Formats: sequence, C-alpha cells, structure tokens
Amino acid sequence: MKIPYYPGCSLKTTARNLEVSALASASTLGIEMVEIPRWNCCGTVFSLTSDDLMHHVAPVRNLVRVQEMNRQGIVDNEYRLLTLCSMCFNTMKGSALRVADNPDDLDKINNFMDREEDYEGNVEVVHLMEILREMGFDKIGEAVTNPLGDLKIAPYYGCMLLRPKEIGIDDPEDPTIGADLFRALGAEIVDNPYKKVCCGAYHTVADKNLVIDLAYSILSQADKAGAEAITTSCPLCAFNLDARQKEIAEKYPEFKTMPVFYFTQLMALAFGLGEDKCMFEGNYVDPRPLLRAKALLKEGS
Amino acid sequence: MKTGKIGVYVCHCGGNISEVVDVKAVAAFAEKQTDVVLVRTNEHMCSELGQKQVADDIKEHKLDKVVIAACSPQFHEKTFRSVLAKAGLNPYVLEMANLREQCSWPHFDFPEFATRKAKDLTDTAIAKARLDEPLEKKTMPIGKRVLVIGAGIAGIQASLGLGDAGFKVHLVEREPSIGGKMAQLSRTFPTEDCSACILSPKMADVPANPNITLLTNAEVENIDGYLGNFEVSVLKKPRYVDMNKCVTCRSCEASCPVKVPSEFDEGMTMRKAIYVPFDFAVPYKHIIDESQCLRLTKGGKVCGLCVKACPHDAIDFDQKPERVKFTVDTVIVATGYDTFDAATKKVYGYGKFENVVTALQMERMVVRGAEGNPIRKMGQKIAFIQCVGSRDEQVGNEYCSRICCMYATKLSQLLKRSDPSRDVYVFYTDLRAFGKGFEEYYKRAQNTGVKFLRGKPAELFENPDTKKIIMKIEDTLSREILEFEFDLVVLSTGLVPNKGTEPIAQILKLSKSPDGFLQEAHPKFKPEDTLIEGVFLAGTVQGPKDIPDTVGQASAAALRAVRLMNQEAYTIDPLAAFVHEEACDGCGLCVSPCPLNAISLVSKLAKVNQTLCTGCGSCIASCPRNALDLQCYSNDQLAAQVKAALASKKKNETRILVFADDMTAYRLADNVGTAKMTYSADSLIIRVPSGSRVTPKLMLQAFAAGADGIFIGDSEQKSSPYPHSAAVMKENVSTVANILSESGIEPDRVRFFEFVTVMLGGFVKQIDGLADYCKKAKPIPAQTRKALGKDINNRLFAEDRKESIQV
Repeated sequence: MKIPYYPGCSLKTTARNLEVSALASASTLGIEMVEIPRWNCCGTVFSLTSDDLMHHVAPVRNLVRVQEMNRQGIVDNEYRLLTLCSMCFNTMKGSALRVADNPDDLDKINNFMDREEDYEGNVEVVHLMEILREMGFDKIGEAVTNPLGDLKIAPYYGCMLLRPKEIGIDDPEDPTIGADLFRALGAEIVDNPYKKVCCGAYHTVADKNLVIDLAYSILSQADKAGAEAITTSCPLCAFNLDARQKEIAEKYPEFKTMPVFYFTQLMALAFGLGEDKCMFEGNYVDPRPLLRAKALLKEGS
Repeated sequence: MKTGKIGVYVCHCGGNISEVVDVKAVAAFAEKQTDVVLVRTNEHMCSELGQKQVADDIKEHKLDKVVIAACSPQFHEKTFRSVLAKAGLNPYVLEMANLREQCSWPHFDFPEFATRKAKDLTDTAIAKARLDEPLEKKTMPIGKRVLVIGAGIAGIQASLGLGDAGFKVHLVEREPSIGGKMAQLSRTFPTEDCSACILSPKMADVPANPNITLLTNAEVENIDGYLGNFEVSVLKKPRYVDMNKCVTCRSCEASCPVKVPSEFDEGMTMRKAIYVPFDFAVPYKHIIDESQCLRLTKGGKVCGLCVKACPHDAIDFDQKPERVKFTVDTVIVATGYDTFDAATKKVYGYGKFENVVTALQMERMVVRGAEGNPIRKMGQKIAFIQCVGSRDEQVGNEYCSRICCMYATKLSQLLKRSDPSRDVYVFYTDLRAFGKGFEEYYKRAQNTGVKFLRGKPAELFENPDTKKIIMKIEDTLSREILEFEFDLVVLSTGLVPNKGTEPIAQILKLSKSPDGFLQEAHPKFKPEDTLIEGVFLAGTVQGPKDIPDTVGQASAAALRAVRLMNQEAYTIDPLAAFVHEEACDGCGLCVSPCPLNAISLVSKLAKVNQTLCTGCGSCIASCPRNALDLQCYSNDQLAAQVKAALASKKKNETRILVFADDMTAYRLADNVGTAKMTYSADSLIIRVPSGSRVTPKLMLQAFAAGADGIFIGDSEQKSSPYPHSAAVMKENVSTVANILSESGIEPDRVRFFEFVTVMLGGFVKQIDGLADYCKKAKPIPAQTRKALGKDINNRLFAEDRKESIQV
C-alpha cells in the first residue's frame, strides 16, 4: 500500500522518534508512507471571530498536494492522507470535512489560493491507527517477533483523536483502539480512567502549573491502576506527559516517573526492528531500564 | 335531488357585513340565480327571529336547500343544521357563504371588491347547495367491552373506572403480577405517601371487580377490526403452577435450587426460579421462570424438587401456552415506560463501578432499608446526577422526563430523614418543580440541608483503592470547579418508551411522536385519543408523566372510551368516501393510498369501509375513472364551486382559488379576517376536508375555467387529523406543476403550505404572494386554457400508470 503521508512540524523536530518508528513499522506491514511534497503547517491556529475561514487555507493547500500526487502518478488513485500527529490529524480532517460539507466555503478558499489548482474536496484525512485497524489487529499480531510480554500498558488517547465525534476515530467516551493494538503486540492492558482527560495542551506555554497538575493526575492514576508505562500518538501530549515529569516530581515528592511511549515505538519494538528504529533515546523519561528489566531489550544495549 | 328550491338568506350581522358589503346588491344577485326561489336579508340571521324565519320558510315555501350567507360555518353551521332538522329538512342540505370572516372583515378597505366577492361567495355556495344530497349520519352498533393493555397504575385506574361504570374490561398484563413500576417505588412526591400502601388496595380491587377479566403473564398477539369490533388475540404464557391449587405457602420456593437476580429489586437481591414476584403481587400466586427453571431448560426429569415440596400438587409442568380470543369495542393502550439504560451512558460507569446505582435501585434500597432489610450500605456522602438519558442529544433523547427532579428531591429527603448526618447532593441541569406542591417540597428539601448544585459532571472516576466515586464538576452558578468523592452516586435515569409498546403500536397502526412515545390525536384537546377511532392512550405510553398525571389521563381515557360506548349505536358525520360502482373497473389503484386500509376490493369492485374511513379524500386522486367520490365534498360539487367562483371574472382580472382544509387553513383564514388583516380580494376560499382532497383533475379544471393561481392550505403534518394528507397534497401539486410547465404555463401558479392556526401573517404573505405573482405574470391565453381542459385524464394517468391499472 502506497499512501500520501503528512508529517507536520513536530515530527521533524521534537518527535523524530514518532516519525522514525512509524515509517519503519509501517514498512514492515507493507505500508509505504510517501511524504507529500511542499507541505506546510497543518493549520492548527485559532480562528478569528471576524474570519472563521482563513485558517482552513493552510490545511486545504496540503490536501491539494494529494490531488497533485495522484495526477503525477506518485500514488495510484489513493486519496487518503495519512497523519501521525493527533493534532495534525484533527486539524486537517476538520478542514477537509468543513469544505466538503460547505461548497461555498470551498469556492472562497479556491478563489483565494489563486496560484494553486482548485481543491476538489475528495481527500480523506486518516490517522495511522485507523489504517492499522482496517488491516486487522490479528494481522498486525502476525508481524510480532518480540511480544511485549507482561509489559503493563495504559493507553492514553487525549482529545484530538476522539473529539469531536465527526472527526474522532473511536467512541469518544470509551475508546478501545489503542488497547486493541497493544494487545495484538502482546502487551498487558491496564485501563486508566484518565485516558481521555486533557493533557493541558498549549497551556504548557502560558500556565505550566496547570499542565503539571493535569499530567500528574493522568500519570498517577495510571500508576494506581497498575500501569508501567503509558502511550500516546500526539507530540504535544508526549511533551506534557513526558518532559514535564521532572517538574511534577518537584511539586509532588511521592510521584514516580513513568515512561511515555509513542504507539509506533512499541510497534517497532514488538516487530524487532532494532533500537535505531525505536529511538528510545528521544524520550525524556528513559524507558530502557524498564524494557531491560522486562527482557524486551538486551542488557547493555 | 339535483334540482331544487333554494332559499338564500343574506345576513347584515349588525353591520359587520353590511357596513362593507352591499347586502341588497348581494340579495338581488342571488335572486337571479337558477333554482333560487326565495331570498331574504336579515339583521341577525342567527337570532331566534332569523332562525324562525328559515324554519317557517322551509315549511311555507317548501324549500329543499338552504344557503345562509353570513359568518363562518365554524360558528353557526351546527345552529342552522338543527334549524333544518327541526323544520323537517335533512340537515346536510345547508350551505354557508362566509361573508364576514372571509369577506367583509379582511376586505373592509375595498367595499366594492368586497361586494363583488360576496356575490361570488354566495354563488359558490348556491352552486354547491344545488348538488347537496340528503345524508344520514353514519351509525354503527357498539357494545360495552374494552381491552386495556398494561396493568400498571394507568391500566388499573382505567380498568377500575370502566368496571365500576358497568363496562366489561379485559385487562392484559405481560408480567406475572399487575402493579407496574409504581409497585417498586418507596414513597410518592411531594406528599411522601407510601407507594405500595396506596397502590396495593387498588391492585386488590382488580380481581374483585366482577366486570374485569384479568390476564397476567399474557401478551396481546394481534388485534383486527375497528371501533365496535376489535377482534383480539392474546397469548397466555404457561405459569406452570395451577392457580386454583396454589395457596402461596412458599414451600416450593424454599426447595428450588436456582437463584436469579430479582427484577422487583432491580437485580440487587436474588429470587428463586419458582417465585412470587413480590409480597403484594396480584395474583398472589407462584410462577416458574421458564428461562431459568432446570427442568424447563434441561428437560426430562431433571430437578423437580418443587413438585415434591408442594403439599397441594399445584406444580404442573405440562401447562402449554394458551391462545385467548375475544372481541371488544374500544382499546386503551397503557403500556407505560422503561427507565433509560444507564449503562449506555458509559461516562458514568454504571455496571462498572459498584458505587454507581440508578434511582430505581435507590428506591428499592430505601424500601428494603425501611423494612429493616437493608440491601447494601449506602454511605454518608451521596450524590444524585440528574438528566441521565433525558435532555441529552448524545443519547438521542431531547425531551425532559419530567419526574426525575422531583423523585431525586424525594429520595434526598428520605435519605436525609433516615440519617440526618448524611451529606446529600443533587447535581441538576434545571430544577423543574412544576406541579402542585412541588416548589414548596423543593424548598423544604433545601432547608433540610440537601445541596442542590447546578452542573452536570462529564465523567465519573472510581478511586481504585476505596471504590469511592470521584466527581469533578463545574458549579455553573458560582463558576467554580469542584471536586468530590462520594460513597454512592445515584443516576436519575429518565423515561423511555417501553419496549413492549412497539409491537402494540404496529398491530394497531399507532403513530409515534419524535420522542418515540405514542402520538396523541391532538396535544391539547385529544391527549387521550389516537388517530385510530376507538383506541386511546393512558399514562406514560404517551409521554413521561408523574403518578397524578398518569391517573388523570387514565380516567380521561376511560371517559373517552365511555363517550363512544355509552350509546346503543355510534353516529358520526357522513363525511366518507364512496364508490360510483358503475364506473369502477376494479383496478385496485385506490387500495394502497388509503393509510387506514379502509378500501378493499370485493368481487372486483372497490369497497370503502364506512367505519374506518375518516373522509380525508386523499384516495380520490388515485382513481383514473372518477369512480371514487366523497360525501359532503363531491367531485361534482367542487367542480361546480370552482366554476361559480370564477364566473364573474372579467378580462384583465386575476382570480386565485384557495382550497383550505377545514381543520386549520379555513379556520386560519377566519382568524385573519377576525384580526382585520387584509389580503388580496382576488382570492376566494373553498373549504375542503384536507389538502389531499384537491385532486390534480380539479386543479386543471380550475385553470381551464379561468383561475390564474391555485393555493392549497393544509394542516401542518404533525397536528393534522390526516397526517398523510400533506404528502399526497405535495404529490398532487407537483403533478399539476409539471403539466402546467409542459403547457407553457408557469408552474409556480400552483402552491401549497402547511399551516398552524396561528400563522396569521404567514397566511397573508402566501395569498398575497401568489396573487401578486399571478397579476405580474403574462395572462394565460384562452387557447392554452382550453387545451388544459381537454383529455385531463390522459395527462394525469400516463402510460406507466395505465399499465399498472391493467395489472
């Protein structure tokens, strides 16, 4: 399967570990993710009261690239655009739906983008998790060479994969897609009641304290439930839950740090793709001691 | 009876008409019309004097038709019909020309036009009167037998009322005992009477009433027929216990090894596979749960301990389902409600967290606690979450369940009273204390220290160590974010339609309102009736209600049934479809358009069941041979009215015909006139029973005869006495629009609207809009009109339809 792929800014900087592990894991499963040319910001900016349309221009430009790739034969009749970052997924799917449902808005945007070809409204923005579900988690299980054994995982979803309902990839109140995936990888699933609670998102810039409290409750609840690690698909969640643990520990002395994995890192690990593809060194809380203790990584590596 | 001696009476209405309309000119005009033998004017036709004049004239001048040109028929049609009847004339040979509400009042500023229109209206009424036939009211024999489906408090109340009044009641209950949900409740709000104590005497009265036949553990399988003749088939499931032998000594229960969660205690206690539903069950006899009993599920000689234990030899595993058939005259549906399934609202963790319960479970806990038999510990800190499954579009329930605010208030009171140190919170969306004594009760609850906070938690969490429930919530009045830990959280679940209602609704062809509850015939004046004659609704089957409202509606439903049954025969207006048999070729095209299944083919002829037909007229357009017709609004009459209405039209004048349904559009036009709102005097209103009565043929005839525009006003679908009418009307209008367009005439000349009677401005806008449009459009050439009038049938029934006629 050859599919257009949109990385977004984080995946080229702070979330390299997400991109590298995703590309490798996908390729193991026969999915070739072809990065779209000349991509720009996904458009995750606030709308203006006076203009609710302007911020859809950037995402629509990215969607135009998918049309181009099909025309140029880079992909073969594949109008789905694959994303990894939850925020990119949410923003671009939102825009794709908005213009597909409102032809007048699409006209306006097409008229505004006078140097682009017209967007025809037929690109579907998807998240890698959806592609995996479509393949069937049983089939993904077949690719596992290094089952995750008794690693106790609490899948964390955040909001961008689930809400609003029209965009979300699973039941917004009771998602299971992450648990289904990690179960296929051989992990033990722990249900964290805080799996959908907001990580604090951009407040991490203006009100660090708020994020620290939220991240603390998410992580400590996972710990109480018996989890050894939690997972995410969102670079911003990862930053808030992973990078902020130092500050959490300062504020809450009894806090125990907990590794935060990208879902793709666990796939790469379970598929036996090697540490260069897992890129655990990119995580803030080093997960390697835990993985060694579970014999999922070789000693001394 | 097609020719006649018509008497015409033109009323001044004390100036209401005569100050605008030249009454003398109208009278002079009427005198010139064929068949008119007598014309009089009167200051007040409706006065005793006026009435006497008509009666005297009928006798003296041998009048056989009467036209009253006065006010709207909605005021005095009945009056003059009885005048005719008293004078020995058939009451249905009366016509009224609406000179006040639909002429002098809306056109008060253009007296000349008003006088011209008054003549047209009178002419139209005379044209109809000429073709009036004496009609008899429909009479049907009716007995005194009722089927009541469902024996909750609604069904019990209705049955006892009817039984006491001497009517024979068949009361059918699906469960092994009567009593319904009310039997499970602790106390009732706001008076805090013990629910079981006030209900159980009523339950005991049911089998004691000689007029009530009670069938429990039984389901209605089928109902055929109509008012006065409903044939009912009930499946009585086996009880496996001989009710005549069983003395409810409970020996069998002690012997039974199978434990099952008790329905009565909402699954919180266990009962046996052979059991008595509850302590005040009626009938107070054992029953074997066939889905749980070892012998009934595994077969053969398994178990059988109860057989040995029973000292009276009452256990009978050979009982088979039994079909009971009987005939009744009316039906009352009282199938009640179910509580919303709290588990579907996943965020509250019902079924997952042990300390989240439903309000009905709380009722049982309170009852058992008061009996000294507590089911479980309730804790010190208790929260109620309101609107679980109500006012929640996420679960598809937009409506308010009406009772939850008050039952939560009541439960909070009972909890507080049994232990005043308890901390009780109620988290509400809006607190609705709408009933008698409710607001006072709510205030009292606040004073006892129950904390009412406005806010709805998004999600509940369980503390994994203590199993207490963590709730984060915004108090939307103080805008504070609060966090609590509760020992117990109670979900105030709303009411949803009972699953058992669905098959009954299908059998009886009852319609549902958007909330899924059954639809009443009229939300204000017929809240107990359905659109099916002789079928009534009682209680929560029609929508969420508290006990007093349920009981009130049940008594009212009984009265509505009595109203029909308390006479030897049942009479209704002769408004009904009929078949000109000589024209019918038995093609059967009219069978499916009737939503009431009133038309059938009997030996290759269409036959209309006069009892079922309610006279909407929507079948008539389906007949390619003009064989179908409607009494009171016949094809010939409407054609004659159309012709008369257009007779005075001069060159360069515009005329639009407004067909207005009797229920809404006609009354709306009256209301517009009463409000002295004006609209184009080029319009003339013709009364029809429904928008669907206006056939494409009639519309084309009207255009051929000189109409410039046609407007059909019908009742808004959801409040219409004929809910299907609007759809038929739309189809007819689009048929005509297509034909107009093919003939080079603007299709926009034919329009329709679904009204409610308060849309005064909307009516004016619609009529003026069409009148303006027609005035500005190029006149329809006489040639084109002529062509329209030819082979109307060929245009209407195109090749494909002709084929289906042959089939």
